[in-house]
Amino acid sequence: MIVFSLRDKQLADDIISQLKKSRLHLRFMHVCGTHQDTLVKHGLDVLLQNCGVEIGQGPGCPVCVTTPKEIEEILLLAKHGKTIATFGDMTRVPGATSSLHQMKTEGCDVRTVYSIEDALLLAESNKDKEVVFMAVGFETTAPTTASVILQGPPVNFSVLCCHRLIPPALQAIVEMGELKIDGFIEPGHVSTIIGTKPYEFISGKYQIPQVIAGFEPLDLLMGVWMLVRQIQQGTAEVENEYVRAVKPQGNRKAQQVLTDVFKPVDVKWRGFPIISQSGLWLRKKYADYDARLKYKDELQMISEEEFAEPAGCLCGEVLRGLISSKHCPLFGRECTPETPVGPCMVSSEGNCHIQYRYAKK
Amino acid sequence: MCLAIPGKIIELDKKKQNATVDYGSGTKRKANVSLVEVKIGDYVLVHAGFAIQVLDEKEAQETLTLFKEMLSQGE
Repeated sequence: MIVFSLRDKQLADDIISQLKKSRLHLRFMHVCGTHQDTLVKHGLDVLLQNCGVEIGQGPGCPVCVTTPKEIEEILLLAKHGKTIATFGDMTRVPGATSSLHQMKTEGCDVRTVYSIEDALLLAESNKDKEVVFMAVGFETTAPTTASVILQGPPVNFSVLCCHRLIPPALQAIVEMGELKIDGFIEPGHVSTIIGTKPYEFISGKYQIPQVIAGFEPLDLLMGVWMLVRQIQQGTAEVENEYVRAVKPQGNRKAQQVLTDVFKPVDVKWRGFPIISQSGLWLRKKYADYDARLKYKDELQMISEEEFAEPAGCLCGEVLRGLISSKHCPLFGRECTPETPVGPCMVSSEGNCHIQYRYAKK
Repeated sequence: MCLAIPGKIIELDKKKQNATVDYGSGTKRKANVSLVEVKIGDYVLVHAGFAIQVLDEKEAQETLTLFKEMLSQGE
């Protein structure tokens, strides 16, 4: 099986030894919780730091980048008696006064699902319940929502759409200019859907090298080595290390369902201002399944309101790559996976959660 | 969240909408395969109950070989 070849220690040693010889002083960013998990779990972040390569996570955790407002929307719908279905991590993200998890203990109907198809099944077998699926996730997950919408779900099913797109967020990070980034490691599974082209403008416009990488330790080391090679050769382009899963054209079928069902909209991300064309909402044709329209009256009371991030929480700074989780004064004290203050400590893809799980102990 | 697990397609319905995927160690689960073109025996990446891409093991081996060559040129 290929996975074993991707854990070849000799090859890893060779890469590290070449990187060390190059006397580097570089900062790379990736935007994927699974990449962060591999980096921290295997100690690659520290190993690379010793080679002069700082590598950190940007806004690459869909649960973490949902805004306080989106959390309040779903909490309000739960309060109004809707059956809420969503992925596990989402239920524990704290809102201003509660979380879905807490509301469940108070009698609200909140279900954790593995797939949107489970939420659909819930609606089909409980016609007396109004089922709302909170749809979070990047380009990897959005086609699964689109596919279910195209199946024509029952009328008691709707979606609170919180899907977001990665390339506009990369541009926002660069444009904000808070951090000098020498290269991006691009998310392998987002790229299985979108392919290589949507990243090209970042290299073209900002001269930043990019490598799409897989999730085995060697995938990431090879990805870093490929970025370093581009920098040494003075090039800036999109390379693909994860060729076993990412085709240059991506998954055309999935791209088509995305276009059919969603329209890109300007949305806020936690820790970021509004990012142009970075969100996906349902097209007018599917308005019957749009929870924001269907339950407009219930959501009216917060429609104009803005919600602040929890007091003292630095998830915004963590998501912009400005600080390491460990530099947040709440990390490991008030904020732990058992008592999370912000979403980065809730989600298994959040930087704080990963740092706590592997590095704190 | 964007976690995707590789598995092998061992059953496929007539409409090619749903499949049984074998993840090894006896773990088998249904997956929706409407977003990909697949046949029995293919390895797919499954994310949130949907196959999102077909894996190419040959490509993986070639990448490793190519990478080792590139690395040796860099020394």
